[in-house]
Amino acid sequence: MSGDHHPELSFWRKYIFSIDHKVIGVQYAVTALVFLMVGFSLIMIMRYQMAYPGQSIPVLGNLLGSDESAYIAADGSMLPEGYNAFGAMHGTIMIFLGVVPLAVGGFGNYVMPLQIGAPDMSFPRLNMASYWVFFVGGVIMLASFFVTGGSANSGWTSYPPLSDIANEGGHYFWNGQTMWLLGMVFLITSSLLGSINFIVTIIHLRAPGLTFFRLPFFVWAQFITAFLLLLAFPPLEAAGVLQLMDRLFDTSFFMPSGLIVGGQILDQYSGGGNPLLWQHLFWFLAHPEVYVLILPAMGIVGDVIANNIRKPLWGYNTLVYSSIFLGFMSFVVWAHHMFITGMGTTLSAFFAATTMIISVPSVIILTCFLISLWGGAIRYTVPMLFALSFLPMFAIGGLTGLPLGLPASDIFLHDTYYVIGHFHYVVAPGTVMALFAGIYYWFPKVTGRSMSKTLGLLHFWPSFICMNAVFMPMFFVGLAGVSRRLWSQEEYELGALTMGWVRMSSWGAWGLGVAQIPFIINFFISIRGKKVDQNPWQATTLEWAAPSPPPHGNFEVTPVVHRGPYEYSVPGHKNDFSPQHISEA
Amino acid sequence: MSAEVLPYTVKPHPVSGLYSGKMGIWLFLASEVMLFGALFSTYIFLRVGDPAWPSHEETHLSIPIGTINTLILITSSITMVMAWASCKMNNIAKAKMWLTVTAGLALAFLVLKFSLEYYPKIQHGNVPSKSTFYAIYFTMTGLHALHIIGGVAVIAYFIGPGAKLWKTDPEYYTNRIECTGLYWHFVDLVWIFLFPVFYLL
Repeated sequence: MSGDHHPELSFWRKYIFSIDHKVIGVQYAVTALVFLMVGFSLIMIMRYQMAYPGQSIPVLGNLLGSDESAYIAADGSMLPEGYNAFGAMHGTIMIFLGVVPLAVGGFGNYVMPLQIGAPDMSFPRLNMASYWVFFVGGVIMLASFFVTGGSANSGWTSYPPLSDIANEGGHYFWNGQTMWLLGMVFLITSSLLGSINFIVTIIHLRAPGLTFFRLPFFVWAQFITAFLLLLAFPPLEAAGVLQLMDRLFDTSFFMPSGLIVGGQILDQYSGGGNPLLWQHLFWFLAHPEVYVLILPAMGIVGDVIANNIRKPLWGYNTLVYSSIFLGFMSFVVWAHHMFITGMGTTLSAFFAATTMIISVPSVIILTCFLISLWGGAIRYTVPMLFALSFLPMFAIGGLTGLPLGLPASDIFLHDTYYVIGHFHYVVAPGTVMALFAGIYYWFPKVTGRSMSKTLGLLHFWPSFICMNAVFMPMFFVGLAGVSRRLWSQEEYELGALTMGWVRMSSWGAWGLGVAQIPFIINFFISIRGKKVDQNPWQATTLEWAAPSPPPHGNFEVTPVVHRGPYEYSVPGHKNDFSPQHISEA
Repeated sequence: MSAEVLPYTVKPHPVSGLYSGKMGIWLFLASEVMLFGALFSTYIFLRVGDPAWPSHEETHLSIPIGTINTLILITSSITMVMAWASCKMNNIAKAKMWLTVTAGLALAFLVLKFSLEYYPKIQHGNVPSKSTFYAIYFTMTGLHALHIIGGVAVIAYFIGPGAKLWKTDPEYYTNRIECTGLYWHFVDLVWIFLFPVFYLL
């Protein structure tokens, strides 16, 4: 792959409409980090309303609007409409515009081709299209805040029949919920293009000698994730089309007969549809989506742990087989989100059983990581701290999911704060911490500079403590029976009892916001930071065989792979790490 | 540019036996199966749950027109294969002729669909909001028609500006026609399912 003969590209072709997987990866990552900040800001504002219902929000309250058309806040305090809109958009932005684009679009695009020794992705132009389609989808989502009637406000799950008739005060087409659906169609298209590219690249462009069972675990995780994106997203696209039909052409896919809203029968609809249809189609995507969120995080954790314990990962084959099994099983557990919809005990029993089964490979993966630590010479670097924190946090998130997977206990816990606590433990202290590990770990590869360790520690410890302060109280609030969707829970006797925990969550969230400041400073000053050589972590995988930052075309000579991904401390070798591309020990 | 130096863009990979584009199009079709699979599931879900589902007489769908359209699409699949075979036999003029015939048949399908099926139905008030039957009928056949329009656009591109590739790299061009063909057969296959589901069952 001659990396030597490239004509100088214009600024636009080099940085904006680039077809280089590394530039596209950075574009994805930076955009996703901005969206994570936006989504997190929404919840920081909402948490003031939760902790101090009806009181005016300090500093921001008046900025959020006080004229008649404002829907977010009035007289500085948050309105129920604004609360619903922020809640729906927080979930949508965090998942579809933040975590997945960072984990798959960012890390996947940048690191995966390097780890397999490829010059680029198989379809570079498709890769560029994937980013820009994603970007347009993101802009549509953000723009929906500013149309009449505000953004989508039916929750990130957009359950009909509520979502079918939501935002109808606005424009016929440019209203919050319709724009949400339109934005989702763009995001689905983007991930479709990306996933095809990932699968073909991993199958076709592996360097000579790099067999499937010599792939770093991160590449395996991306490979399985790509299949989930490829096969699970289209049913949501179908569902999105059906809901668009309901909204634009008054069809009744999700509208039951004789629905009465506000004392009036909705007679423009023929009826005959079924709101459960949406739930089935939505969760058919959204459960595999959970594994789309968690698998790349596990991949990052695997690579970072192996590098910092200076010995091979325990049970590499087991990890791979468990992940494949996890991928398959994720398609047959979706209705455990629907136990209380009255779908019947037979179905509930089936989905409870599959849910218990899918917890087995997750536990195996976690156990492999944990056993790997045993007897390792652990280096407590910043990425390693983040990766280590993933293990107990994901364990809490996973184990608290078991009562939700069993219908009997789920009937009580469904739609309470317990559910919020559960999945945030998986995604926020779990996946997001792993993504931070990835940022600290691969930053020297992307920029050729190292990040500050002091600022890294200042980022890690407060984040770790605050994450737990935010989400741990939610279990207690949920176990007390408080619903997850209350604008002001203080008004209810039940809710008033747990206000202390709610305030703790809120202060935790604001603390978490402050804890990101060292990271942002670190990120920007390190771009001009201390230069490092091409393999500062003394790692074995192929991305460290390329210069830092890698040039267009990645490798000066196509690497040839001689060994497995994590050959650390091999007896008889002269170093404690044996890179995959070097034949003599 | 890097697109040209990437391996397996034109030549097949020794293990998978496919060039990258062909594997890509198969994966794309797999996702399309999931898309239409979700819609067919929707159809089943709605029909099973609705005791007042219209009988064939009540739906006013014309079996003769459906049959003619089925024949048109099957023929277009054959002409698509002829286009690819002509490329393989190094005859670009014939390939373009067969591509034109394919696009023409696709347009004939669309004209029949819109003028003799959609238009009279809308005239009689049988619009998507009338019942869930018409809702799913218009959604699925409409989405299928969009796929046909997309296919015609791609075929038109390869008759016109896309044919320049033949002069520089005939094998690459032939591969692209093959991928277009795979997509085209899939669109045809979707109709083979749509026709019995809506017209005959």
